[in-house]
Amino acid sequence: MPSSNDCDPLPAEALPVGIKVLIAGGFGVGKTTFVNTLSEIEPLSTEEMLTAVSAATDRLDGVEDKATTTVALDFGRITLGPAHVLYLFGTPGQERFWFMWDELSEGALGAVVLADTRRLEHSFAAVDFFERRGIPFVVAVNEFDGAHRYHAEEVRTALDLRQEVPVALCDARVQSSGIRVLLELIQHLITTRSSHGSDTAPPLLRA
Amino acid sequence: MSPVLPDGPLINEAVGRLVRPYTVSDGRTRATSHFTLVTVVRATGVQTQGAFGLEHAQVLALCESPVSVAEVAARMQVPAAVVKVLLSDLAEGGAVVAGDAPPPSPGHYARPDRDLLEAVRDALLKRL
Repeated sequence: MPSSNDCDPLPAEALPVGIKVLIAGGFGVGKTTFVNTLSEIEPLSTEEMLTAVSAATDRLDGVEDKATTTVALDFGRITLGPAHVLYLFGTPGQERFWFMWDELSEGALGAVVLADTRRLEHSFAAVDFFERRGIPFVVAVNEFDGAHRYHAEEVRTALDLRQEVPVALCDARVQSSGIRVLLELIQHLITTRSSHGSDTAPPLLRA
Repeated sequence: MSPVLPDGPLINEAVGRLVRPYTVSDGRTRATSHFTLVTVVRATGVQTQGAFGLEHAQVLALCESPVSVAEVAARMQVPAAVVKVLLSDLAEGGAVVAGDAPPPSPGHYARPDRDLLEAVRDALLKRL
């Protein structure tokens, strides 16, 4: 059903387009800091109902066993101009929620996977998820004070990333650093588009 | 049990929310219009005839200027799914308009158009 009618005094075209970018990574890699640093508003939290298809339990034939859970999503906002508003959504940190990201990632432009070189394994689940779904992402290594410094290529090898996935080094506490990570993602999206041909090409399905 | 505050959501520290979320949307769990977390909405000022409740008025007050579904939900402290139902009611009566969202795609990944990506890139570059 259309959300407006002929006598609307204010046309919908005047409203900005909301754009969703996911900020993922394991617990404690700096997702909250990343969102807080970039957001123009005090970061907010909203509850979203997410559905999970539960693993093999007793079930009747033809009846999918689904469970609905509520998770709190923290998000921040960056107004890019009159036409576009960017929303950064932090994904729930606990890995046991990974199966719910299906709904979280719906309609997302792409994702930033934050990684901490002291515990890269915490970011495996996020990398795996976005790869499987064909959702474009960049990896941003959050260089905590005192963390070992690694080259981007070493991180790429350790996370077993495909060559086209950008790896950036960042400091989640610094705004310009976060903006550069988002720019890496957007540039990656533009590049991926070009290399996959015209607008009529199917969505990114190939591995 | 601690006393329940009359304003705001009825939340008890020990047990959580005391009113089931769907009480405020009359048990409906599906919005009739498609709203996402990042759909931007705005009140039109159109007076509607419907028998709207307090929660509808709260939503209207929160979207006097353009605001996302997620922000309305966060400020009302109710699940986004509930806000989508309320907004759907309001949009049907013309009291609220919704902006465009990137079109839904068969997969989960919304393939964006190049103009959108370039506009976002240019706007981000200005922030450096």
